Amino acid sequence: MSHSQTTTTEHHPALAHQFDSLEQQKDASMLGMWAFLLTEIMMFGGLFAAYLIYRLRYYEAFVAGSTSIAVTLGAVNTLVLIGSSLTMALAVSAAQRGAQKVLRGFIVATMLLGLVFLGIKAVEYHEKYVEHHIPGGVFGKFGPTDIEKDLQEKDHKTPEAAAQIARQTEIFFCFYFAMTGLHAFHMLIGFGLMTWLLWLSRGNRFGPDYYTPVELGGLYWHFVDIVWIFLFPLLYLISRTQGAH
Amino acid sequence: MSTAITAVQPQVMPAKHYLNDNYGIRSWLLTKDHKRIAVLYLISITFFFFIGGLFAAMIRLELLTPAGDLFQSDTYNKLFTMHGINMIFFFLIPSVPAVLGNFVLPIMVGAKDLAFPKINLMSWYLYIGGALFSLATMVSGGVDTGWTFYTPLSSGFVRTHVILMAVGILIVGFSSIFTGLNFIVTVHRMRCPGMTWGRLPLFVWSNYAASLIMVLGTPVLAITLILLALERGFHIGIFDPALGGDPVLFQHMFWFYSHPAVYIMILPGMGVISEIITCFSRKRVFGYFFVAFSSIAIAVFGFVVWAHHMFVAGVSVYSAMVFSLLSFAVAIPSAVKVFNWTATMYKGEVSFETPMLYAIGFIGLFTIGGLTGLFLAALGTDVHIHDTYFVIAHFHYVMVGGMVMAYIGGLHFWWPKMTGRTYPEGWAKLAALITFIGFNLTFFPQFILGYLGMPRRYHSYPEEFQVLNVLSSAGASVLAVGFILPLIYLLWSMRYGEVAGPNPWKATGLECETSSPPPTHNFEMTPVVTTEPYAYGDEEGTVVP
Amino acid sequence: MAQNGSHGHPTHGVYYAVFGALVIGTLLTWGVAFVDLGIFNPIVALAIACTKATLVILFFMHVRYSSKLTMITVAAGFFWLMLLISLSLSDYLTRTLTLGQ
Repeated sequence: MSHSQTTTTEHHPALAHQFDSLEQQKDASMLGMWAFLLTEIMMFGGLFAAYLIYRLRYYEAFVAGSTSIAVTLGAVNTLVLIGSSLTMALAVSAAQRGAQKVLRGFIVATMLLGLVFLGIKAVEYHEKYVEHHIPGGVFGKFGPTDIEKDLQEKDHKTPEAAAQIARQTEIFFCFYFAMTGLHAFHMLIGFGLMTWLLWLSRGNRFGPDYYTPVELGGLYWHFVDIVWIFLFPLLYLISRTQGAH
Repeated sequence: MSTAITAVQPQVMPAKHYLNDNYGIRSWLLTKDHKRIAVLYLISITFFFFIGGLFAAMIRLELLTPAGDLFQSDTYNKLFTMHGINMIFFFLIPSVPAVLGNFVLPIMVGAKDLAFPKINLMSWYLYIGGALFSLATMVSGGVDTGWTFYTPLSSGFVRTHVILMAVGILIVGFSSIFTGLNFIVTVHRMRCPGMTWGRLPLFVWSNYAASLIMVLGTPVLAITLILLALERGFHIGIFDPALGGDPVLFQHMFWFYSHPAVYIMILPGMGVISEIITCFSRKRVFGYFFVAFSSIAIAVFGFVVWAHHMFVAGVSVYSAMVFSLLSFAVAIPSAVKVFNWTATMYKGEVSFETPMLYAIGFIGLFTIGGLTGLFLAALGTDVHIHDTYFVIAHFHYVMVGGMVMAYIGGLHFWWPKMTGRTYPEGWAKLAALITFIGFNLTFFPQFILGYLGMPRRYHSYPEEFQVLNVLSSAGASVLAVGFILPLIYLLWSMRYGEVAGPNPWKATGLECETSSPPPTHNFEMTPVVTTEPYAYGDEEGTVVP
Repeated sequence: MAQNGSHGHPTHGVYYAVFGALVIGTLLTWGVAFVDLGIFNPIVALAIACTKATLVILFFMHVRYSSKLTMITVAAGFFWLMLLISLSLSDYLTRTLTLGQ
């Protein structure tokens, strides 16, 4: 535990050569991570903006598409991710205290919850595959006949209107897969980060004077959680008052 | 008081500096030194500048005659597309930040390196990765959609390698993002004691503002290209109207980045001009705070004007009016800078070394380019001149007459610092003159052509436009000479140039206090700043050792 | 340099409280989606989402205890996103508008 006792930062092994102090290094690293999260806000944001514009344009199709995805699974996933955010925050707190085992435990818990999330996502994706809701070349050929039927029977649309709205749901599913897919991709990167943190923590190197990597990892993980906090209502809760399809 | 370039007594190269500190290819490819990374970028972007230039040469050759007789129309489409993509993404956007900024900015703020040296190196590798994709695209037939990739042409119609090129641009975009991120954190957290925001050189302010744009704008381009690739790959109707998509949405998303991108390109150049003008007028910059804040203003305002590229694309008239008004407003901070530079020169002791020639050229040509942008910002005139050679002339005046001149001027200004040697001043002045003449001969006729109605991106044109086109092509060959000359004499100077010494221009700023070339760790001791910037007329240096 | 991020940290109690609030928010937004509030459905959903995000940012991400620069950075990100969304929408929403006649 000699590292964490050292306060003469010039000799701290984690101090990079371009910085004058650990404090400066930490401040710079945090600002750097926030600047990077800014880019992520704008990247997801661009997707959100496009989604918004199409939701205005093809509202009925978006409603039909939204009601066809499993809202219960989505809600459970939201709770799972929130839980993983809690474990991540507790992991950062443990790192700051120098509680190495607790830290590692919470990181593993975060990863496990993340795995649960991805597992549920896989179930959802599979459901979409089975129902022929995957956008792309074959979308028009096989489906979404179930949506078309529901539109006719439950919403009493004319066959032509139902067919048109059903075709337009392709753009909804495109955004569904693009948004959740990009999110899942970021979760995979998050797993990589967590693994790296576990590797870094093996030498008991984190403590009150140096735990920056854990904090940075935490920021990233919380950000991915925030994206999902918005994805859930935007994709799953567009309008559920017409009854489930 | 003296306008001599070199000091009175002959200078000696420092024994150890960043170039000879370490030898071998690994010491370069795995370097964390911002100065070496700057040199790596210098080599890479110079290569792509000449590739883009080759495409330009072919364009101007085709346009010598009214008929489309040199290239088929599809090939011609590829020429201007690859010219645009290579010049914008692989030359202009990285030019000043990644070469001059990387080299000089950490020294200017008194730091040992950028905040994240390894990320800096990764930026360069991302650039190379993207560049490889660009080369692959060129080798496999190129893209022909225009650098703007408008849909549904790019998403469903052409058979060229759009996705390959899009991936390349995506990768090089991340290079840009990480450079900007590095600069932002460096300026906020790595300034040496005494270096307050109000003492920063204006070059730092400009690069900081450009970095804000890089970080906030480039991700939107990334997602736009991803969606384009999805549409093209999976036949989903995101932007293709035949499949239910909206082509105007692509343009909104594309231009949300690509308009601020032009400010990414020009702001660092303006920073260079601030440094050069003040040094060769031997006078502080007039209105320092106005110039500094105008950089930030340009960065912010630049984000709310993008639809002026879309006035005739089908946007609503009301939003067009709003964007038009905002586009007029964004010209104001640029004008503030031009006035301040001119006021700096007024009653200064102006001398006309090569960097100053480029800087003065910049002021004139950028002003013309900027003013012609106002014609395009006005709805009524834009209907007439949109998609004509007027647009091409406008952006080449700001980008080449402005930005490239600033880059070359900056390269000359900091060449002694980077290499330890001065270049041959006579040849350099000649090259500057040739460049200026060639540039105007190339692009001024294009304003007239555009006004007369010649459309852009066409490989044939009505006969009555031939004289102006021939003038333009002739100018292009002169301009080419003007660009090739520096390549030759700058390389020559690395071996045979006179040794420069730490401050050959008698400029101010922390970079003048360290040796030429600087040591790997920039300073022997962390500097402490006590004076205001641009303390010209003071005999003391600005550094308290 | 201005006050930098040698920030305090929330207690575990705060973390659990925030977690509880987030769970409640999730259940709330899920439940409200099945109640017909007309135009207010998306507004309520977004309001709840924004509240949840704010809680995560302020407490889990420690922004409440961080420097002003960090807060400005976060605000800037969302502000810029608003620029993209609002100015794009300003086109789409005024396409069929007829002022005057």
